[in-house]
Amino acid sequence: MKSGSNLERILESGQFAVTAEAGPPKGSSPKVVQRKGELLKLCCDALNVTDNQTAIVRMSSLSGCVLLKEMGVEPVLQMVVRDRNRLALQGDILGAAALGIRNVLCLSGDHQKFGNHPTAKGVYDIDSIQFIQMVKTMRDEHKFLNGEEISGDVPFFIGAAANPFADPFEFRVIRLAKKVSAGADFIQTQGIFDMPKFIEWMKMVRDRGLDEKTHILAGLIPIKSVGMARYMRNNVSGLSVPKEIVDRMADAKEPKEEGVKICLETIEQLKEVDGIHGIHIMAVAWEDIVSRIIEEAGLMPRPVV
Amino acid sequence: MIVLEQKKFQEIEKMTTGYNRLLVLGCETCAAMSFAGGQRQVAELASAIRVARKTTGEQGEVLEEAIARQCEPEFVDLIKDEVSGCDAVLSLACGAGVQMLAERFQDKVVLPGCNTTFLGVTEELGVWSERCAGCGNCILDKTAGLCPIARCSKQLLNGPCGGSMNGKCEISKDVDCVWQLIIDRLTRLNRLEMLEEIFPVKDWSPAGHGGPRKMVREDLKS
Repeated sequence: MKSGSNLERILESGQFAVTAEAGPPKGSSPKVVQRKGELLKLCCDALNVTDNQTAIVRMSSLSGCVLLKEMGVEPVLQMVVRDRNRLALQGDILGAAALGIRNVLCLSGDHQKFGNHPTAKGVYDIDSIQFIQMVKTMRDEHKFLNGEEISGDVPFFIGAAANPFADPFEFRVIRLAKKVSAGADFIQTQGIFDMPKFIEWMKMVRDRGLDEKTHILAGLIPIKSVGMARYMRNNVSGLSVPKEIVDRMADAKEPKEEGVKICLETIEQLKEVDGIHGIHIMAVAWEDIVSRIIEEAGLMPRPVV
Repeated sequence: MIVLEQKKFQEIEKMTTGYNRLLVLGCETCAAMSFAGGQRQVAELASAIRVARKTTGEQGEVLEEAIARQCEPEFVDLIKDEVSGCDAVLSLACGAGVQMLAERFQDKVVLPGCNTTFLGVTEELGVWSERCAGCGNCILDKTAGLCPIARCSKQLLNGPCGGSMNGKCEISKDVDCVWQLIIDRLTRLNRLEMLEEIFPVKDWSPAGHGGPRKMVREDLKS
């Protein structure tokens, strides 16, 4: 075992994993994260705590992870290279290890221009692939980026993101291969709405044998309303929401029910795709729905390993 | 070239108020190429200041001059006498030119009339865009002659992020994704495999993060 985390044990034992997102608040109250932890702890194997998501300042990801851990929920520490240089990243990795965090998701981060501090200076000292490699070296060789020795263990299960829907499509699998060779033990993908494209990407992934070298968790975003579907289709770069999905949401008498239905259908289709080892649900501001989706998808109870 | 844009007139007006004899000093190289601080822009700006001063009743003379390069001492020293006769110099050069004036004319007020924007190219008349970040360690041989340091919003070195769509960067539909351009070019050159290798962490010290930069060529020093 690289980290001994619950997520690693489930994936390494060949079982289908379920993770979800638990974003921290724009405030200092621990209750928001704790509430999400309560809602999701029985239906998920680990919860991702986002890191100043969409470049909007929130409670730090590491603090959110500690709050979850205190209540017996396993966190995935999301970290973006937008806000920290190599010193801060390595320092936080050591701190997270000391606090018992065992999963990390290494990301570039949305550009600061999107957020609530658009005039901020972006850091981008290293990129997400270099970050994965750095954490792997810290874990496997007990070495900092500069080659100096680290005292103590840095046991992390290392994750990365993949977006099959961004351009250029042909390069997406190459980028995934780079992440895998850098040391990504698991992958959480962008939310999937365009199934044909995802299936095509997965074929390329399997052709390179990448599904055997890393655990791919397929991303899902439950849609609450037609407005949300339209917003994602028109305004979120790197998301592909087919017209058919928007139409279904527009025609639905009960949009929320339709959103759940779409999500469940997607999970059923994903179960048929070779090389998918789990799902990751990003129900932003709709965490209440996650347990129902997982229950109805037949993924309960969660395995104990 | 260094691309410049003239500051807004209101800012220039406010900055120059109170300096009776004002020298508006152009720079005939990059500033002229940017249509921001060549001889012609000096004349236009000087007359605009004169007109504004007439309405506010401010006294004083607005002088005009332009030199080949404000970043070189031998050209700057040519206007020593003119500068000594005025209260302030409004430089229409880049930040380097403004500072060279401040160094050469220790007792004179020197004001910047332009913003130095970037190292770039003229795409067409009236359109300039950034090409170089002056990072001190050129990697263009590895990126098909297109620079991700200057042109990727996240300065990524290992390919496009998940925000690249239809050839554009996630920050704006007006910004090309340079990684799309790099991939297109390497595909045409049949060299796409170059990008499969992980690009190592960059040394940012020659990029200015190692402190202010200086270069000395002993062979050229007199």
